[in-house]
Amino acid sequence: STLWANKSTNLQRGDTASTIDVSVLDIRNTVGNVPMEWYQDYPHIGYNLDGKKIFKPIRNKDELDEFLDKMENPDYWRTVHDKTTASDIRLTDEQVDLVHRLQKGQFGDVNFNEYEPSVDFFTNEVMIHPVTNRPQDKRSFIPSLIEKEKVSKLVHAIKMGWIKPRKPKETTPQYYDLWAKEDPNAILGRHKMHVPAPKMRLPGHEESYNPPPEYLLTEEERLVWEQQDAEDRKLPFLPQKHSCLRAVPAFSRFIHERFERCLDLYLCPRQRKMRVNVNPEDLIPKLPKPKDLQPFPTTMSLVYRGHTSLVRSISASPTGQWLVSGSDDFTVRFWEVNTGRCMKTLEVGGAVKSVAWNPNPAVCLVAVCFERTVLLLNPSLGDRLVVSSTDQLITAYEPPEEDKEQAVTWALSEGLEHNMGHRLTLTHPKAVKQVVWHGKGDYLSSVMPDNSSNLQVLIHQVSKRRTQNPFRKNKGLVQCVSFHPLRPYFFVATQRYVRVYNLIKQELTKKLMTNCKWISSMAIHPGGDNLICGSYDCRLAWFDLDLSTKPYKMLRHHKKALRGVAYHRNYPLFASGADDGSVIVCHGMVYNDLLQNPLIVPVKVLKGHQITHDLGVLDVTFHPTQPWVFSSGADTTIRLFT
Amino acid sequence: MGGLQKKKYERGSATNYITRNKARKKLQLSLADFRRLCILKGIYPHEPKHKKKVNKGSTAPRTFYLLKDIRFLLHEPIVRKFREYKVFVRKLRKAYGKAEWTAVERLRDNKPGYKLDHIIKERYPTFIDALRDIDDALSMCFLFSTFARTGKCHVQTITLCRRLTVEWMNYVVTSRSLRKVFISIKGIYYQAEVLGQLITWLVPYQFAHDHPTDVDYRVMATFTEMYTTLFGFINFRLYQTLNLVYPPKVTQHEKLNRWVSCSLQKLSALSASLARVVATAEEEEENQLDQFPADGEDLENMEAREKEQKEQEAQNRLFEGLKFFLNREVPRESLAFILRCFGAEVSWDKSLCIGGTYNVTDETITHQIVDRPDIDKQYINRYYIQPQWVFDSVNAKMRLPVEDYFLGVTLPPHLSPFVEEKDGDYVPPEKLKLMALQRGEKHGKIQEEEEDDDDDDDDEEYNDEVDDEDLTEEKNLKKMEDQRSQGKQTLAVKVTPGKVKPWETGSVGNKVRLEKEEKAEEKRLAIMMMKKKEKYLYDKIMFGKKRTTREVSACAFLVYLFYIDDVIVRLNYYRSFRLKKQPEN
Repeated sequence: STLWANKSTNLQRGDTASTIDVSVLDIRNTVGNVPMEWYQDYPHIGYNLDGKKIFKPIRNKDELDEFLDKMENPDYWRTVHDKTTASDIRLTDEQVDLVHRLQKGQFGDVNFNEYEPSVDFFTNEVMIHPVTNRPQDKRSFIPSLIEKEKVSKLVHAIKMGWIKPRKPKETTPQYYDLWAKEDPNAILGRHKMHVPAPKMRLPGHEESYNPPPEYLLTEEERLVWEQQDAEDRKLPFLPQKHSCLRAVPAFSRFIHERFERCLDLYLCPRQRKMRVNVNPEDLIPKLPKPKDLQPFPTTMSLVYRGHTSLVRSISASPTGQWLVSGSDDFTVRFWEVNTGRCMKTLEVGGAVKSVAWNPNPAVCLVAVCFERTVLLLNPSLGDRLVVSSTDQLITAYEPPEEDKEQAVTWALSEGLEHNMGHRLTLTHPKAVKQVVWHGKGDYLSSVMPDNSSNLQVLIHQVSKRRTQNPFRKNKGLVQCVSFHPLRPYFFVATQRYVRVYNLIKQELTKKLMTNCKWISSMAIHPGGDNLICGSYDCRLAWFDLDLSTKPYKMLRHHKKALRGVAYHRNYPLFASGADDGSVIVCHGMVYNDLLQNPLIVPVKVLKGHQITHDLGVLDVTFHPTQPWVFSSGADTTIRLFT
Repeated sequence: MGGLQKKKYERGSATNYITRNKARKKLQLSLADFRRLCILKGIYPHEPKHKKKVNKGSTAPRTFYLLKDIRFLLHEPIVRKFREYKVFVRKLRKAYGKAEWTAVERLRDNKPGYKLDHIIKERYPTFIDALRDIDDALSMCFLFSTFARTGKCHVQTITLCRRLTVEWMNYVVTSRSLRKVFISIKGIYYQAEVLGQLITWLVPYQFAHDHPTDVDYRVMATFTEMYTTLFGFINFRLYQTLNLVYPPKVTQHEKLNRWVSCSLQKLSALSASLARVVATAEEEEENQLDQFPADGEDLENMEAREKEQKEQEAQNRLFEGLKFFLNREVPRESLAFILRCFGAEVSWDKSLCIGGTYNVTDETITHQIVDRPDIDKQYINRYYIQPQWVFDSVNAKMRLPVEDYFLGVTLPPHLSPFVEEKDGDYVPPEKLKLMALQRGEKHGKIQEEEEDDDDDDDDEEYNDEVDDEDLTEEKNLKKMEDQRSQGKQTLAVKVTPGKVKPWETGSVGNKVRLEKEEKAEEKRLAIMMMKKKEKYLYDKIMFGKKRTTREVSACAFLVYLFYIDDVIVRLNYYRSFRLKKQPEN
């Protein structure tokens, strides 16, 4: 605005050549101090003193004009564009001087003297007369009533103790004997429930600044430590060794650890945990020593070799002198127990699934089953009288008058077969898996596992050559059957249950839940009140029939599927053979006293069979009189443990 | 059929618990205030037995508090103070906004505050309860006292923490209750036995803290607030039991009078004894255990107790009569604290800190603690030892031979005194050596020599050690190795050549072996008869046992590997020692 004022004065003076024409035209704009953009769209830029429009110059300067002007006009630097008049003004020398002075911060007027001597406005001497002679007000002499009232109010308040001086703030806490009076009654009941926080763990050797070298991590361990999550790490820090105390740096996680402890203290649920502080030796049950439970088989005494394929089944003669074995090599072999000598070898027309020696000592008969046939053999071993009487028994058969249709065809062997020992051939409609004798030796049962029919179990009477199918209904795939040694009961083991039938009443007496997946074998205690079941899921279930239909004991001794179980006839022993190649002999004492539960103690693990094709021991049986156990295995051998 | 249908989650465990948010609403507190209250009152969440039942069928992860706890919090007077504070903050903000400075001043003057005395009394009804829980308080206060005044917490808190910790240290010094010390990589652990309670705390090294950003300092400050209150009361009571003035004052000597003005500084120097309420005789009468007529087990117990007490007294006098001088590079406070706890006189350079009572030039100084490889001017009549000697000696409850800790010597490993090895745990060979030393046995000749011994004696022993200078290094090595293996005879870890087992030759041995086998089989068979549950537990325990034995054997193997290294190191040390010694002779 100063520039503008100067300019206008200059214009008024009109003493310079360049501005003459402007002043002559007198195009002073009267629009005032408004933005000139408002006139952008109009042909004029304002009004002169007469109220006439001031028109814009016809041609505006463009960039090129500007540039040419800059290059050619020597006065370009002192030319100013006046927006209000839309004209260029060349500044005069005085004006340029003025601009320079102002830029330097000097006064605009060249002639202005900033340092003129000062002249006092008033005299500095005290005059005898006042400047004004007005007398003072009365209120300046008398005390203020309002103030008095206010002060008296305060004084009263202070007197009354309503206003107190500000106490200096106590910043330091005051301590005293807080527990001077420890009153046990004042302890809250909840205090008993309080679980004090566990103390911080005390540091071990590895936290030392100079630990023994074995506590330092090796390079690999350190790498592992670095890659692990913080939770998985065994140590929350890296053990380090420093040669001297001077070299120990600050622990970078110190505040973190303290903070984590704080979080633990107020965020962690606390619980009293009973730490299991047991001596592992106390967990082992106290059992009678095996030594006190003798006799039981301890060592392998004999190996019966001769079969060329796995030996499926074995059976001992009631006298204990002979042993019969049936194998997948289509043979049945008879062995002398004491010598291990193979007395006889019989070729049969198929892989022998099961053999069973007649338990009656007065009869010398062996039942052999293969494919669909059950063969009754007379091995002609032992007492001749018995052998001949057996033959007589078979030949003494008289066919009944009315011939009933039977499920099995009975055929008497003659000629060459008779000489080989074959006596009777029972041809079944289906493949036979197992044959079992009744304790008296007259009845015989055979199993033909079949899921879809009721013809699975047949009971044969040898003396009458009669066959019965005791079941009308199919109750599942029959695994094995067994006769009760004393009473007319019949045990049928299906896949998961053992059913006990009364043969006289012809009804189901009991159904035993084995809790096994698949029963493989079954044996009845000679007393008849107990039963063991081996299963393919490595378990052996002992049932006390008087006690419950659930297992009295479940033994998981074997690592692999059980294949055979057996009771000893006289001694309180039972054995189980499994695919892990071992035979485990247990002491299983049954008391006559009904109140006392059977005592089961494992006494010996017998090993000897090699595992071939994932099969170990296939069958076990006890010697009828001695505490010896026979086992047949997939390694084509039969072994005697005494 | 009849009867009302029971609604779910209206009784039983569902009603005994309350989620955190519900509890917060019930108390009408913000989360921060709720946390603060929980910290101050010592309320912690509870893990319900059946989480799903408590959570009303949902399995979402929630924090549960016992409803009883929250009801208990409802009656807390501090809750009202929290609300008042909230109002205060609101008013203050408003006054600031309106630029009413007098109002701001007035509000500031009337800032609501609260005291935690009643909470301390309620949480710790007896003094022993409080003392038992002081570990965390100590560690926290020691940490806060090392903070710089950079705004992480109030300056008052820092000074208060410093004051309380200094008071505590002075108490420990006066009562001579320090038991164990341990230099770890985290800081220095101290363990004191105060009124029969073992109290352990950790003090960080004196460095500026690199304050982490992921730590909530408000939580820490709340804890510290509680801890300082607790700690102050405990200090008061402890000083009272010792018949000391609280807040503590230094006993006035003429020499020290000019320091009176800065009493805290003086106290923190830990070099002067404290003033007592009633001046007692200098010599405290020993508390003799009364003899009770006892028999059998009681008698044994009593004897053991007596023996323990005697040992304790001996430990308390561990450094009595010794005069230490601390060089400026060693941690002054911790060493002065430890040494004074065991009756030594300590001093340091005047320019380092106030409280130094004598100079380096004092001829009566027996030990100078130095932590630099070498020192220019050495006095003949004092030991120059590294600070670890003090720590190890305290832990060993005896003055260890100083040779292992001389200037520039590779230090023996520093073991944790807190580890108590059970049977089957790995015991480092150094610990075994130390135990032998404590029993009074001497292993090797390394420990046997004392500097005070006659020169001739020394020479002879060195000659014993290393026969001739001419001996080659290999020979020396071998000798050292032999020695080492001899020394290891008592160790559990040793490598011996395989022996022909006696049972393989004699019939007597055969029987033994048979019996052993029988036993093993019996056990195996019995294990077969175990119940499933017990078997699982048994297997777990046995697994743990096997793991520890594996670790122990791994460690033992490592020791064997390091063993040769060690021999070389020791040999070098030996040489340097002898070379140094000879010119003196």
